[in-house]
Amino acid sequence: MKLVDHFRIPSVSSRSYKVWQRNKDVFMKDIKLNFLPPFLEPILYLIALGFGLGKFVESIDGVPYAKFIAPALIAVSVMYASFFECSYSSYVRMYYQKTFDAIIATPLTIEDVIAGELMWGATRSMINATVMIPVIALFGLIDMKYSLLIIPFAFLGGLLFAAIGMCFTAVTPNIMSINYPVLLFITPMFLFSGTFFPLSALPVPIQYFAIAFLPLTHIVNVIRLLSFGVLSTSILFDVAWVLVVTAILLVLSINLMKKRLVV
Amino acid sequence: MFGFLGPNGAGKTTTMRMIQCVSPVSGGSLDVLGMDVASRQREIKSQMGVVPQENNLDGDFTVYENLLVYSRYFDIPKDEAERRVEELLDFVHLQEKKDVMTESLSGGMKRRLVLARALINRPRLLILDEPTVGLDPQARHLIWEKLRSLKKQGVTIVLTSHYLDEVEKLCDRLVVMDNGKILVEGSPAGVIEEFIGSNIIEAENNPQLLECLRERDANYEIIGDMVHIYPDNAMELSEYLLMECSLTKISARPATLEDVFLKLTGRSLRE
Ligand SMILES: Nc1ncnc2c1ncn2[C@@H]1O[C@H](COP(=O)(O)OP(=O)(O)OP(=O)(O)O)[C@@H](O)[C@H]1O
Ligand SMILES: [Mg+2]
Repeated sequence: MKLVDHFRIPSVSSRSYKVWQRNKDVFMKDIKLNFLPPFLEPILYLIALGFGLGKFVESIDGVPYAKFIAPALIAVSVMYASFFECSYSSYVRMYYQKTFDAIIATPLTIEDVIAGELMWGATRSMINATVMIPVIALFGLIDMKYSLLIIPFAFLGGLLFAAIGMCFTAVTPNIMSINYPVLLFITPMFLFSGTFFPLSALPVPIQYFAIAFLPLTHIVNVIRLLSFGVLSTSILFDVAWVLVVTAILLVLSINLMKKRLVV
Repeated sequence: MFGFLGPNGAGKTTTMRMIQCVSPVSGGSLDVLGMDVASRQREIKSQMGVVPQENNLDGDFTVYENLLVYSRYFDIPKDEAERRVEELLDFVHLQEKKDVMTESLSGGMKRRLVLARALINRPRLLILDEPTVGLDPQARHLIWEKLRSLKKQGVTIVLTSHYLDEVEKLCDRLVVMDNGKILVEGSPAGVIEEFIGSNIIEAENNPQLLECLRERDANYEIIGDMVHIYPDNAMELSEYLLMECSLTKISARPATLEDVFLKLTGRSLRE
């Protein structure tokens, strides 16, 4: 496959919805267990970091520490939910359960299957954000004015990390090797994207690096501004960055998976 | 019903996957149900049922859910799907296992469920890649019976199998392939007649016998300590061998597809 072929727009049909529906049905079987992490995690983090550690931290740009990290917790959850869904979970469905093989014997194509998986990954991110917003609101750490806009944005951010996860799924030789991108990419992002301390605390070149190459930076920026009830023009830059990169990676991830599976 | 035979690695599964529009056709053209696999795969797949060589049931669902979820991929309306699922569960005798997760089914039950799943869209064409592998005689007979009744209903069935008695019983036409190439094509009886004749005489290998055979100009093959003789007239030849060559241990039997298969593809083991 030539390089340009990796970026050819794949033909995806509305049937990919059936794959989304399949994953949703499996999710609903364990709905209580699946809702627990996004409900419990922000509570634990806010108590430990926000109020515990926060006692020793000065307010950041006039914002109390707990309020500073609360939106980052949503952003991190958006990243984890779809990345893990479309890496480890998709790999299990593809390789161990042969679910994709079974589905492509029906009128669905491989492109439909991958598109459905990506949509589902993004949906998981959106579900997590939707559960977390009221929990954080209970602590009084979110301005409700624009907070509901976080939900659709979580879907977009979810698509971005779903596509990233799927690209790794397409090229990984085995399931253990997915640990590499987690360790070298996802974990650094968790720490260095303006999540638990502002980006401005880092050396300038690293700040630029984060803005250019760490997608979470933009997700954190947008969710933080929305949760503070502020609509500034800088949001437009972040959203544009996310839109462009997501579009490219979605196309790439579907083509890479097609390359892996069509033999 | 059409059979594909061939040793391990002959390319049977690959051929099935091309018919399923899953593997690309690298040369020539392939039409399925009168449609080109490259351009009309959705239409073809909507009228086709597949039993793959490796079971790929959805481990996240129960038996019942497996069928129902699969029906959605074909856009079958829910109430119609529910009716068909009940029918199919009866058809493959899995009604009692309805609410069991698929991992806890036995191998034979899984195979039957895969068959039921392949029928959910009432296919005109059914692709079966070794449908009875690993099944006990009861389960094999059950599947054969189901396949015959599908054939009566006018379903075209394409089958691969290493059980040659199965192919001989079920298929109207077959090909034997090796290294991705077709070696012969015909009806089971026709192929046997053409390559072996109707009967085979098996005898123990000894020099006296071979001399006798050469005298009669008979067609034979030495296989280890056995000799396979392909006679024009089995009765006459076996009488001759018994009387004139004072042989005691010989047996005549009808030739089978297995004899054809081994003759065509050789006796050495495949990688
Ligand atoms: N026409 C062909 N030309 C070249 N290689 C082929 C061809 N057909 C199949 N192969 C290769 O042969 C290998 C085995 O093929 P396949 O799985 O179809 O065998 P099979 O007949 O189904 O064997 P088994 O009886 O073990 O299931 C595969 O790696 C496949 O890529
Ligand atoms: Mg095979």
